[in-house]
Amino acid sequence: MTPLLSTCRQSAAQALRLFAVLMLVTGLAYPLLVTGLAQLVFPQAANGSLVTVNGRAVGSRLIGQSFTDPGHFWGRPSATAGQPYNGLGSGGSNLGPAHPDLQAAVAARIRALRAADPGNTAPVPADLVTASASGLDPHLSPAAARWQALRVARVRGLAPQRVLALIEMHTERPLLGILGDPVVNVLALNLALDAAAGS
Amino acid sequence: MDIKQTPQSPLSSASTGRSMARASLLDARLLRPAVAGSLLRLAPQAQWKNPVMFVVYLGSMFTTVLLGLALAGHADAPPAFVALVAVTLWLTVLFANFAEALAEGRSRAQAASLRAAKKNVAAKKLRAPRRDAGVELVASTDLRKGDVVLVEAGDTLPGDGEVIDGIASVDESAITGESAPVIRESGGDFSSVTGGTRVLSDWLVVRITTQPGEAFLDRMIAMVEGASRKKTPNEIALTVFLVALTIVFLLACVTLYPFSVYAATASGGSPVSLTVLVALLVCLIPTTIGGLLSAIGVAGMGRLLRANVIATSGRAIEAAGDVDVLLLDKTGTITLGNRQATRFVPAPGVEEGALASAAQLASLADETPEGRSIVVLAKQRFNLRERTVGELKGEFVPFSAQTRMSGVDTGGQRIRKGAADAVRRFVEAQGGAFPEAVSAAVDAVARSGATPLVVVENTRVLGVVELKDIVKGGIRERFAELRRMGIRTVMVTGDNRLTAAAIAAEAGVDDFLAEATPEAKLTLIRREQAAGRLVAMTGDGTNDAPALAQADVAVAMNSGTQAAKEAGNMVDLDSNPTKLIEIVAIGKEMLMTRGALTTFSIANDVAKYFAILPAAFVATYPQLGALNLMHLASPQSAILSAVIFNALIIVALIPLALRGVRYRPDTAEKLLRRNLLVYGLGGLLTPFAGIKLIDLALVALGVA
Amino acid sequence: MTQDLFLLTLLFLALLGAMAWPLGAHMARLFSGTYAWQPRLEAGLLRLLRLNGDDMRWTVYALGVLLFNLIGLLVLYGLQRLQGGLPFNPQGFGAVSADSAFNTAISFVTNTNWQGYAGESTMSHGVQMLGLTVQNFLSAATGIVVAIALMRGFALRAAAGLGNVWLDLLRAVLGVLLPLSLLLALALAGLGVVQSLDAHVTVALHGTPGSTQTLPLGPVASQEAIKLLGTNGGGFFNANSAHPFENPSALTNLLEMLAIFLVPAALCFAFGRLVGDRRQGWTLLAAMTLLFLIMLAVFFAAESSANPLLTALGVDGHAGNLEGKELRFGLAGSSLFAVVTTAASCGAVNAMHDSLMPLAGLVTLLQMQLGEVIFGGVGSGFYGMLLFAVVAVFVAGLMIGRTPEYLGKKIQSFDIRMTMLALLATPLLVLAGTALSVVLPAGLAGPANPGAHGFSEVLYAFSSAANNNGSAFAGLSANTPFYNTLLGLAMWFGRFLVIVPVLALAGSLAAKKAVPVTSGTLRTDTGLFVGLLMGAVLIVGALTYLPALALGPIAEHLTLFGIH
Repeated sequence: MTPLLSTCRQSAAQALRLFAVLMLVTGLAYPLLVTGLAQLVFPQAANGSLVTVNGRAVGSRLIGQSFTDPGHFWGRPSATAGQPYNGLGSGGSNLGPAHPDLQAAVAARIRALRAADPGNTAPVPADLVTASASGLDPHLSPAAARWQALRVARVRGLAPQRVLALIEMHTERPLLGILGDPVVNVLALNLALDAAAGS
Repeated sequence: MDIKQTPQSPLSSASTGRSMARASLLDARLLRPAVAGSLLRLAPQAQWKNPVMFVVYLGSMFTTVLLGLALAGHADAPPAFVALVAVTLWLTVLFANFAEALAEGRSRAQAASLRAAKKNVAAKKLRAPRRDAGVELVASTDLRKGDVVLVEAGDTLPGDGEVIDGIASVDESAITGESAPVIRESGGDFSSVTGGTRVLSDWLVVRITTQPGEAFLDRMIAMVEGASRKKTPNEIALTVFLVALTIVFLLACVTLYPFSVYAATASGGSPVSLTVLVALLVCLIPTTIGGLLSAIGVAGMGRLLRANVIATSGRAIEAAGDVDVLLLDKTGTITLGNRQATRFVPAPGVEEGALASAAQLASLADETPEGRSIVVLAKQRFNLRERTVGELKGEFVPFSAQTRMSGVDTGGQRIRKGAADAVRRFVEAQGGAFPEAVSAAVDAVARSGATPLVVVENTRVLGVVELKDIVKGGIRERFAELRRMGIRTVMVTGDNRLTAAAIAAEAGVDDFLAEATPEAKLTLIRREQAAGRLVAMTGDGTNDAPALAQADVAVAMNSGTQAAKEAGNMVDLDSNPTKLIEIVAIGKEMLMTRGALTTFSIANDVAKYFAILPAAFVATYPQLGALNLMHLASPQSAILSAVIFNALIIVALIPLALRGVRYRPDTAEKLLRRNLLVYGLGGLLTPFAGIKLIDLALVALGVA
Repeated sequence: MTQDLFLLTLLFLALLGAMAWPLGAHMARLFSGTYAWQPRLEAGLLRLLRLNGDDMRWTVYALGVLLFNLIGLLVLYGLQRLQGGLPFNPQGFGAVSADSAFNTAISFVTNTNWQGYAGESTMSHGVQMLGLTVQNFLSAATGIVVAIALMRGFALRAAAGLGNVWLDLLRAVLGVLLPLSLLLALALAGLGVVQSLDAHVTVALHGTPGSTQTLPLGPVASQEAIKLLGTNGGGFFNANSAHPFENPSALTNLLEMLAIFLVPAALCFAFGRLVGDRRQGWTLLAAMTLLFLIMLAVFFAAESSANPLLTALGVDGHAGNLEGKELRFGLAGSSLFAVVTTAASCGAVNAMHDSLMPLAGLVTLLQMQLGEVIFGGVGSGFYGMLLFAVVAVFVAGLMIGRTPEYLGKKIQSFDIRMTMLALLATPLLVLAGTALSVVLPAGLAGPANPGAHGFSEVLYAFSSAANNNGSAFAGLSANTPFYNTLLGLAMWFGRFLVIVPVLALAGSLAAKKAVPVTSGTLRTDTGLFVGLLMGAVLIVGALTYLPALALGPIAEHLTLFGIH
């Protein structure tokens, strides 16, 4: 056997042993250790940050849901596979800024928003008509929530101030004033709205 | 040894009298053959040697074919436009050829003058190896190995050889630096003679031992003429770099065609034309440096030659630019060739004038520079007239190895001068005493790095004459400059440590090697090299050969021995040891020129993109016209302006390539800053102006 | 809005520096083996695994790297093809198709982590852990050891070997990546990143009674941590770091961005220590940081401008371009992440790059095309930047009239040859791959967007693959045999056609003596050199790709804004 070939064989055998050990350490021991610790210490966070109402899980604090009736706040358009807010098909629209389909989609969303709220002539906040990256964005900008406040108040028969106060209450401020923009969790807001309307 | 003190900046080339060597760039005698040469170099095998220009060459052919197709009705672009592009590309190739031909032509002219300057002495060739065999006069260059020549008093030896008959005193000072003549005779250790030495008395019959054309100078001339020029290490590395850039741009341009086809389908326009793609390619690849690269190398060797230095390889010139340590011989380089009398120190009770007078008398017959300097000093200080032998009615006693003194016997007075111990013996042999005070003076002078000579009249010690090495004017500043460049200077001397240290301090060298033997020199070089430093040195004697062979840059004096010349990689025709500093500068200039033109070439591309891209895609995406920052008149004029600029810049930079970027001794940081500003920023901005001007001209001429 | 970005960037860089500095010191010690506990422990490990711990010449070192990665490739391909029969498969996924498995195996071995598949609907937890998570570690470790070998090339004097590849790989995984990942994974899990072995959880929807939403679960936090720390970027889910279960808040977003830059920045500090001149490390870091800030500024200017086509429809444009973005990160957090992930060859995304404004898209494209050297991939960014430093030194060295030298090592013909080989590989793959794809029908079927943007999608795919980034203009339908194969080849050669010349360069440098520094030496620790290095990166990159970029994002930008 030539020296080159023997070097290759020796190296391959060593590489294989090293690989096998590192595979077990990083592919099995590590994720199982993290799973065990996470389940032990942060069970709520590690299992999807579920929101429960009356002991029933009604969603995740982190994952948006589709709201289409005018009595709820609508979240952002979702481009997930199959249907909007499909938890198993995350993704964005991947439409470029000049894509005609983007214009068409935005125009259609504006039409729907206007149809549900004919009196509202203010420019539509961008997040209400553009698809999020994951298709599961749980948030709206406070402006987009306020834009819908009158519609929701009218349909629900609530005073607009009450609805605006709810929005204000559910607006999450950025950490340290730096991290992120102020956002409103749509599920939490709608749950609060339902609770307010029901009471 | 002839020491030239050039009054100019220490690092500028020494002037030499050679008219051809200084021929101006536009000399018609050089231009005509260069034009012819640039046409000859159109042969593919000549082009292949330069990969960057070979791409331009292929591009020229390709556009010529496109022109043919266009004329045949398969127009890729308007035929007139294709024709103009094709012509410009061919001109680009020719301009690069011209630069190389011009550089080689200049070198060849210099080599020719070198050959003319070569000493061609007449030799008395013997018909048979006997003195009385009858001679015919032949040129020394016609002598073959085995020829036998007669050399008589006053003749110069026509070549290296072996004495087969006769005995003579030969002046070999040119080789050894020793002024005392040596005896050469047949048989034994003293039978070898060297070309260029001179027979002082008597005669010799010598058998020549070298072939004509094998002489050192002959091989040098072949080198200079460029026939055997090999690429230097940095040139090879740079070529790799340039080839890689060329491949990148080739790739960018070749793939641009499918890209533009896709874009044209999407936008409903038409794709880029092949003519424009070739034009873009030629503009982007580094033609400026590619076209001038070999001219720079040839010119570097030429510049060295103009400084009267011949290098045996381009590698050595390049290495000169990298030198970290200069080994400099003390004598002749740092100090004037000889010690000089600087002071009289009289013994107690002796008038200084009396000492001076005696010293002068003792030195009148001493023709050595030291002796002369005593006479001169006495004359300057005490206005003592030089007396002649007849006037004194005395008898001169020359220096002998036994007495180690010289002097004069006149009217019962025996005046001697010599080393302290010799004089002590002389005095004590006559029953005299050597005064303590004089001993102290002798020690003091020695401690200061000077040489004491004691003067005695009969038994009376008159005092001490101080002989001192005189450090050359301006040398200190020169070393300071070298230090700024990052080069360390080491003085090499046979003197003892005390003397060496004193002179080293006065001259401002960084270090010194005292009591230097050839072995010590070699060890020093090896030690410096082991620490990663590049060492340069000069040498002339045969015993310098090992050190010369070891040094990275080894400059042999032309006056030196054959062995020294063979061991070195450069020969200084002026035999000026200070030349090393100029050689370093020339080496640096060669590298700097390459770096500067590379930077310039690459920086140029930015403007060329802004000229060509909007023009190229006008039919695909008209909105890319927004990139037409220069507001060039039309797409065709834009592309033509860029290629024409690209061709003309080669011609415009030929003088710079041949002359080299000037090296000023300064820190790397400052040099880089300046060159980046000139060639980087300049390279970025110049083409914007140039292309715009050419565009205006094209419009004015109605070409586009 | 600009102030948000300014403050966020300031905080980000401050935290990065504070974390990378000690990590760099640790890595320098670890890889020179100077911790007191190292010799015995390492000798024991080598004996236990029966590994030869000898010093290796560069060829043997390179052979080790190649074999180690080849094994990883085969194992990962096998795992995907055999997925149906493997444990930890609660979703019951079957085998991955041959071309997709080929592409994914190369992708994760080369630290690209380009994903032609959608994670939540393709890969079982078992393959995610044993296949993908493993390669997330090992590909990053490969990058680190190659970078370390190159550093040794500069640090060693007249040395025959570059160190021991097995030992270096062990050090990189066990001494650097694993502890960091453990910490980050736990932090992320505490902040809402899921970590479970269950397939999914189903919730009854509040808004529409009777309907449900199925939320995917999995060992996400553990993979997320190494995905970012190893600049891998392959998401557990299709939406990657935009997915709320991968990146639930602005705080996790900050942690994830820091994780991406952490090791690349630390390597600069480690370099400074290993070559015994810390300023050298700072210089590289300064050049990277300044380039990064320039890119960020252009990106943010583009993204904070409104899409004129949408404002024409009556959309309020004040918030900038929100298509394909998540609100919780803010425009600043999304922009910073996009620039970070393409500066480093991470490729994780928290916004959809396909929907970026044209000039923002250009920034992401260009950063990859520059060779992923602005921080760059773990290890690969560092050695990529050093290649540019060698080029800068070469040209500048000539300009001062000396044979170029870097850190005392003369840069000669062989070194330039290897450097240029490594620098040529990726442009060749990007340009040739893109050209083939826009000519062949199978390639033309890919782009989702029309016109210039469609071209950008293809160009992005190959820029990302060959430079081992992994992010995408995801509209491109790349999960086809054509793209899976071609991009797979681009990733493989884009990785190892760089690594092998880099190791050759390291070997050549290590064998050289060092030239002492004098005032005639080109200094490589000054502001001037920082500028020179940036110039080298920008000019070489920009000149290569400007024509292609003109036909993609530049044409799109001019069209979108109606500029003529």
